Amino acid sequence: MRGPHDVGGLEEGPVDTTTHELAFWEKQIDGLRGVIGAKGIVVSHENRRAVEQLGHDAYERLAYYERWTATLQRQMIEKGYLTQDEIDARVAQVRQRLAETGELELSPEEDAKCGKAPT
Amino acid sequence: MTRDQAAPEAGPERFREGDRVRVRDDYPNGHFRTPVYARGKVGIVTRRFGAFGNPETLAYGLKGPKKHVYEVRFRQADIWPDYKGSPRDSVDIDLMDNWLEKA
Amino acid sequence: MTQDPRNHPHDHAHAHDHDHDHAHDHAHSPPQPDDKVHSYYQILGVALKELLIEKGVVSAQEVRAAIEARDMITPANGAKVVARAWVDPAFRAKLRADANAAVAELGFPMPTTRLVALENDETTHHVVVCTLCSCYPRELLGLPPSWYKSRAYRARIVREPRAVLAEFGADVPEEVEVRVHDSTADLRYLVVPRRPEGTGALDEAALAALVTRDAMIGVAPARAP
Repeated sequence: MRGPHDVGGLEEGPVDTTTHELAFWEKQIDGLRGVIGAKGIVVSHENRRAVEQLGHDAYERLAYYERWTATLQRQMIEKGYLTQDEIDARVAQVRQRLAETGELELSPEEDAKCGKAPT
Repeated sequence: MTRDQAAPEAGPERFREGDRVRVRDDYPNGHFRTPVYARGKVGIVTRRFGAFGNPETLAYGLKGPKKHVYEVRFRQADIWPDYKGSPRDSVDIDLMDNWLEKA
Repeated sequence: MTQDPRNHPHDHAHAHDHDHDHAHDHAHSPPQPDDKVHSYYQILGVALKELLIEKGVVSAQEVRAAIEARDMITPANGAKVVARAWVDPAFRAKLRADANAAVAELGFPMPTTRLVALENDETTHHVVVCTLCSCYPRELLGLPPSWYKSRAYRARIVREPRAVLAEFGADVPEEVEVRVHDSTADLRYLVVPRRPEGTGALDEAALAALVTRDAMIGVAPARAP
């Protein structure tokens, strides 16, 4: 079985050679993961496995740092640092806070993933 | 294996520079660093890098014995029968001992 | 990320953090005119960071310092290594024999990976990829460009390297071997491009200015003076 990450030799179109500076949120994830790695909480090989295990659909749909965010969530749950419930509750709170400050501009599909803030 | 066990050393290297090796044509389930495009292909060992922590176990939070890693050089034309380019063109892949057999 | 218009590369999810600036260089694509949050994953990232800080798993200071440290590593590090190798045969020999020791001497230790320098010459042109993920000599080149992580580059450079190199504007003559290196293990690769003609009079700093990130990945030659 070819994993979603194992793309060497597959047919693809032209390489888009334009560069893009990382957005603030991407740097945050990179930094957060870097600290977690430096503390030995997860090792790079575990990170790679976690990304592969997103499966073809998520691997292909998500952007690079979205994959890393999704896998960080899974790892923190598996290793017992966080629970799904507290993550879900916090996502809803953050969404609410951003909506109040006018920083939120989510499509309906994206918004549906965020749940509702507990009242 | 336990999570706390220190990684034991790898055994002796099985290959040397110049050896013809075939990559195992195997598709197990797990985390592997042997790309599918190289599996079953024959190349030449061009460099020995020594022993490294084994990603196949480290990916699951386990240490396990280290594995020897080799640089194996493949002719592009041996990997891709329809390769367009110079017949001299090559690809070097870093492969672990347990994925290689004498060819 | 350049690879997918469905992604949201220019979002600036600053949420409630205001300890950053917005000095982004969007040379190739203009920034979005807003600082809005467009993606669920941006919100998830903020939530994870807040929770991990509250539980004492990480501190805000550690994350900030990690970002700052990453931001300070640029391809100028690698360019110094290449320029030194061009002017100093003893350094070049050391880079060949023990690249980690050689780059550490210049102030760039690589504690967790083994470095290999690949020297381009009249017979061989080296180009580096990680087909399985995005392994890259970050200590020398900073974070990889988005194309290096893209599916198209990873898929094609191992199968049709000359066509991909041509897309980058690098035409390698037929008599020169193109040698692709797939970084599948704990090895990291730095391409030492050929020293351009007509640079005999340049000092090391001027030479380093000719060494681009793309040249050190192997998709372009060093710049002409």
